[in-house]
Amino acid sequence: MEPKRENLSRKSLISIQDFSKDEIIHVLEVARDFERDRSQKLLEGKVIGSLFFEPSTRTRLSFETAVNRLGARVIDFSDAMNTSVSKGETLKDTIKMVSNYVDMIIMRHPLEGSSRYASEVASVPVANAGDGANQHPSQTLLDLYTIMQTQGRLENLTVNMVGDLKYGRTTHSLLQALSHFNPTFIFTAPEELRMPEEYKTFLDEKGIAYKETTSLEEYMNDCDILYMTRVQQERFTDPMEYERVKDVYKLTAPMLSSVRPNMKILHPLPRVGEIEQDVDETPYAYYFKQAENGLYVRMAIISYLLGYR
Amino acid sequence: MTHTDKELVVSALENGTVLDHIPSENVFKAIDMLNLKGEISRITIGVNLESKLYGRKGIIKIADRYFLDDELNRLALVAPNATVNIIRNFKVVEKKKIVMPDEIEGFAKCKNPKCITNHQPIKTRFKVLDHNGEISLLCHYCEKITDLKG
Repeated sequence: MEPKRENLSRKSLISIQDFSKDEIIHVLEVARDFERDRSQKLLEGKVIGSLFFEPSTRTRLSFETAVNRLGARVIDFSDAMNTSVSKGETLKDTIKMVSNYVDMIIMRHPLEGSSRYASEVASVPVANAGDGANQHPSQTLLDLYTIMQTQGRLENLTVNMVGDLKYGRTTHSLLQALSHFNPTFIFTAPEELRMPEEYKTFLDEKGIAYKETTSLEEYMNDCDILYMTRVQQERFTDPMEYERVKDVYKLTAPMLSSVRPNMKILHPLPRVGEIEQDVDETPYAYYFKQAENGLYVRMAIISYLLGYR
Repeated sequence: MTHTDKELVVSALENGTVLDHIPSENVFKAIDMLNLKGEISRITIGVNLESKLYGRKGIIKIADRYFLDDELNRLALVAPNATVNIIRNFKVVEKKKIVMPDEIEGFAKCKNPKCITNHQPIKTRFKVLDHNGEISLLCHYCEKITDLKG
């Protein structure tokens, strides 16, 4: 099959801000089409390089499943330590070499900015599957897709982000992406993990309203989306700081007695202790469906970057 | 400072460039930014000179050396009010104001220890942010902000 349009600019997806509002909406529409029919073999004959320089379960499996469902093949390495990276090869050389073999690269790397750099040296599109604590745009798009699926729209929603808002890259990227859609934000975080000033300045400049609280109960009944996050131990340099905040919020089913009927709970997963198991049985829990949506959204991203949708 | 002294400070070069009105505490940063460490020309540095405008100022004179505007504009990060005097045959033939660049490449270092530019041989690239006169740098790669303190 031939692509619908030539990818002349060799578009990559590194940061959610690489996509305009129209592109975001387009990718979400394509994802909806893949959800209706997940076996559209648009990419038969294509080879996609899956370069995971650090471990990943969900993201890697869903990206590789997406490639397979689109009819393309995946090449990968099972462990970066078994490659010439361990012999001291630069990222530039690895990317240039892989670029010669594949039609697109999906990459996760522990260093921040590595995907942007890879997109500048690669001769094929690059999809960022996470660069350290920086960006993870496919997660953001699947969050948006899930929000649209549960609320029927993206405009004018109140989104309550809970947990680690300081180091949590998913909340930062989601905030940037939602800024196209006139949201209201509530930031629920302990003092140590508050939303960084640079993101609040970004919202101020766009005239977007937000409130901050340390109490999960305070605004829980006033939101359409409760976006829970895990306090990620690996982001802390000070273990004492982690111990102080790791169990700060624990959502339980009885706490949900007065929430809005349309309210849905999202979580990028994995969860540790912030959502009790009893919440899973309530009509508000949506995080497992959210994870499933990752497949359709990643199918949409890959086919869009290759010019097939 | 007398008129004669001033002439001496600014014009004693036969040919070259005089960078004036640099904050004294940033003179050595300015030298770094212009990559003058390996320079073989004669360089004269003055710090804590009297200045009507700023109280104290620094000055750098580089003999037989001229700079591209892009090189000079880097100085805006540490000396936004600096002036540049181009000297030929003992006379100031041109005075320039430096302009704050929108982007800089290849000389500042990203302060994020996890940034790819601190681990691989990559030329750094930053967008210059001016927040009410306070200048900081947004890394093109890791998207983190580097301030210019320290």
